[in-house]
Amino acid sequence: MIRQPDPKPDVMRRRDSIVAGLRKLLPESGVIAEPLRLKPYETDGLTAYRQVPLAVALPETTEQVAAILRFCHQNGVRIVPRGAGTSLSGGALPLEDGIVLGMMRMKKILDIDFADRCATVQAGVTNIGITNAVSANNFFYAPDPSSQLACMIGGNVGMNSGGPHCLKYGVTANNLLGLKIVTIEGEIIDIGGAHLDSAGYDWLGLLTGSEGQLAVVTEVTVRILHGPEGARAMLAAFKSNEIAGAAVDAIISSGVIPVALEFMDRPAIHACEEFAHAGYPLDAEAMLIIEVEGSVTEQDILLEKLSDICRRFDPISIRVSQSPEESLAIWKGRKAAFGAVGRISPDYLCMDGTIPTSRLPEVLRRTQEMAAAVNLQVANIFHAGDGNLHPLIMYDANDPASLHKAEVLGADLLKLCVEVGGCLTGEHGVGVEKRDLMHVQFEPHELEQQRRIKSAFDPEWLLNPSKVFPLAEPAVAAAVLPQAA
Amino acid sequence: MQTNFTTDQLQDPDTASSNAVLRTCVHCGFCTATCPTFVLLGDELDSPRGRIYLIKDMLETGRPATEEVVRHVDRCLTCLSCMTTCPSGVNYMHLVDHARTYIAETYRRPLAERWLRTILGLVLPRPHLFRLALKGAGLTRPIGKLVRGDTMLANRLRAMLSLAPAKVPPASPVETPRVYPAEGPRKARVALMTGCAQQVLMPRINEATIRLLTRLGVEVVVAKGAGCCGALNHHNGQHDSAMALAGANIDAWSRESAGEGLDAVVINASGCGTTVKDYGFMFRNEPEPRRSRAEQISGLTLDITQFLTRFGYAPSRPPPGLTVAYHSACSLQHGQRVTAEPKALLAAAGFRVVEPKEPHLCCGSAGTYNLLQPVIAGQLKERKLENLKATGPDLISAGNIGCITQLSGAGLPVVHTVELLDWMAGGPPPPGIPG
Repeated sequence: MIRQPDPKPDVMRRRDSIVAGLRKLLPESGVIAEPLRLKPYETDGLTAYRQVPLAVALPETTEQVAAILRFCHQNGVRIVPRGAGTSLSGGALPLEDGIVLGMMRMKKILDIDFADRCATVQAGVTNIGITNAVSANNFFYAPDPSSQLACMIGGNVGMNSGGPHCLKYGVTANNLLGLKIVTIEGEIIDIGGAHLDSAGYDWLGLLTGSEGQLAVVTEVTVRILHGPEGARAMLAAFKSNEIAGAAVDAIISSGVIPVALEFMDRPAIHACEEFAHAGYPLDAEAMLIIEVEGSVTEQDILLEKLSDICRRFDPISIRVSQSPEESLAIWKGRKAAFGAVGRISPDYLCMDGTIPTSRLPEVLRRTQEMAAAVNLQVANIFHAGDGNLHPLIMYDANDPASLHKAEVLGADLLKLCVEVGGCLTGEHGVGVEKRDLMHVQFEPHELEQQRRIKSAFDPEWLLNPSKVFPLAEPAVAAAVLPQAA
Repeated sequence: MQTNFTTDQLQDPDTASSNAVLRTCVHCGFCTATCPTFVLLGDELDSPRGRIYLIKDMLETGRPATEEVVRHVDRCLTCLSCMTTCPSGVNYMHLVDHARTYIAETYRRPLAERWLRTILGLVLPRPHLFRLALKGAGLTRPIGKLVRGDTMLANRLRAMLSLAPAKVPPASPVETPRVYPAEGPRKARVALMTGCAQQVLMPRINEATIRLLTRLGVEVVVAKGAGCCGALNHHNGQHDSAMALAGANIDAWSRESAGEGLDAVVINASGCGTTVKDYGFMFRNEPEPRRSRAEQISGLTLDITQFLTRFGYAPSRPPPGLTVAYHSACSLQHGQRVTAEPKALLAAAGFRVVEPKEPHLCCGSAGTYNLLQPVIAGQLKERKLENLKATGPDLISAGNIGCITQLSGAGLPVVHTVELLDWMAGGPPPPGIPG
């Protein structure tokens, strides 16, 4: 079980006056403080960990966010920023003495510029909301996390989210142009803009993936892209996870880069087929969803090359989608995969390790062996082309021993990722889930350096403080706040 | 998701079902994105996932419902958009139905609210009372303009008076129990649910349905003893009256089924259809033979567009050259997952069919919701009308009386899908159609 920091007694004593202070800054419905109404905010997409917060604040403008942060800073109150609460690493797990800063009322599309191919939106706009706002003109926003229907762009920036199509288009960091952020002191700062590459140090790069620990993002300017001429998906079914992993390695090392290359194993295929009715191969042990883009000729050539590679791995079947509806169903199943696992298991922990693709066969085999050894079921659904694994460890939350076993297996799987030259997280963030494993990845002095960066932005460690770094380590003295801000 | 029920609590069959529903939820949050109240209000508590959490806590602790929980459960439209979105297959409908009954049993609403709910539960399911009430409301309609203020009471009064039609149509003779023989050889025999509020507000829908079906060679039975489906009471937590109404329908149609036989129970108000298709679940703990009869009736039930798709439909008139914006009623698209059939039938009938943006979002009608939550309902209505109008249609068609009432009066004719199908197959044009 994950340890939460001890609440500050003086903050807990001042609870009523803190709530009263927040009420002065927001309309009535924007502050939640009644115990019963706080309860649904106690967890996000990682339900194994729960903590009822001190209060919830729901701002609608950047100015309100600034006022809240200024108030919290003055009163020593910790803040946990939260988008749609879909984090699988517990990124929005509240603190007993902290407020949850819910961004879901900040959902305005502020500007769309087709000529310069960018869009500026508030942080609470959903990922798919950006694409929906520009799709009539055949534009789209490329990073597409599976939770894109619900997850919000502010959270995508915080976690540097990926998605199936990031194999070709890159992750959030590669599609960001500008941010409006609010510092812990309540200062509003614009970084970057509608142009490629921001002036000076790469502050965008630093802030992306900082998990709400450096500042609160209130507006985001993203690159929007013109849609491809066409796209087609193909399903290739294999006799084992290891063989499918070897096929992925062969595809990537051949130099043919499809727009997406996704992996699903038997439990995942069955759970998703029940929801999406996409005609997945139910007789396969593992399946790859491979998508290519371009003109019809381009698609044909690429699909032929990819089929040739797959045929070297004794596939059970290879099926190319014949219509846009068919492709849509194929993706509907993939994108709903984590939720669909709810059909076969009451609870799961979703891991997010990333490894070099050449190590896929070995790691997939060892994953199965390690799960079997502790008698747990694992479903694999992941971005194979990026080597970004998502073993879903199934457990039963009504049985505490089962959760503990799942946590231990999860940690072992992530250690395996680091061992083969990979890392703990590809796109879900460290959050609270992988916090205590950071020492597997980093030496103490490396962690210390990263803490200094956090301290430079937030000397008192008020912004999402109990995430990313192991709890036990002492806080570090503040560095000087960078001038470029 | 983890639950904390004692073995004792799980002895209660309703709690056991709710526990099973809760265990299916993995708290992924997908449902929040397509929930109309979350989209409008931006608060986890007004999302399906938040409500599931509130209900879970209420049921686990076993304490009486409190104002905070009731407030957020009351704001749920029961549009079931969340169930279409949910990848895990969480049966939110059964969970919220249980919560509503639990609230009705353990929470004392303010006096005015109790009266309102009791009166709605008494009047709406009874056509003669409802007709009388509407006539009264019609007379007092001008008063609506005089009601001022932004209190819940003022908003509700205005909503009720604005929804009352200026002129109540006379009662139609078609709802009297009888058998309408098929024209020509009988190819099928169905029971038609004539419903409650719909036959008062728009008797022409049942008339069109009977005309169309009999013309196609279907014998239509309006069964004696059948009436309101019970949905209005069911969604207000009035469990006993809902079961009584549902039971009467089950008995009436079972008699027909056992007698001359039924190929289907046909329903042309999709809100009712969703509930009748759930009779099997509602009666799961009832003694035999009621339990199996309920299941059998649910299995026989089809929306009119499902029946026509299976049975076959062809127009006899030339295409009218009209563009129809098809409004997908939540009870049809989410409750019954009937999405393609109405559009395909309208296209087969010769209409150009267009669909609005955000087709998954509710129009705000939702049974008695537009009377009980007029502010949210009004916002959803405006949003829906704007999206519908943007498609540039000549008229709007929908498969549920609630939506038809909600969207009417905004400059475009709103008709039931079956009226258009009947028209193109030889029936009269529905009123208000541009010619």
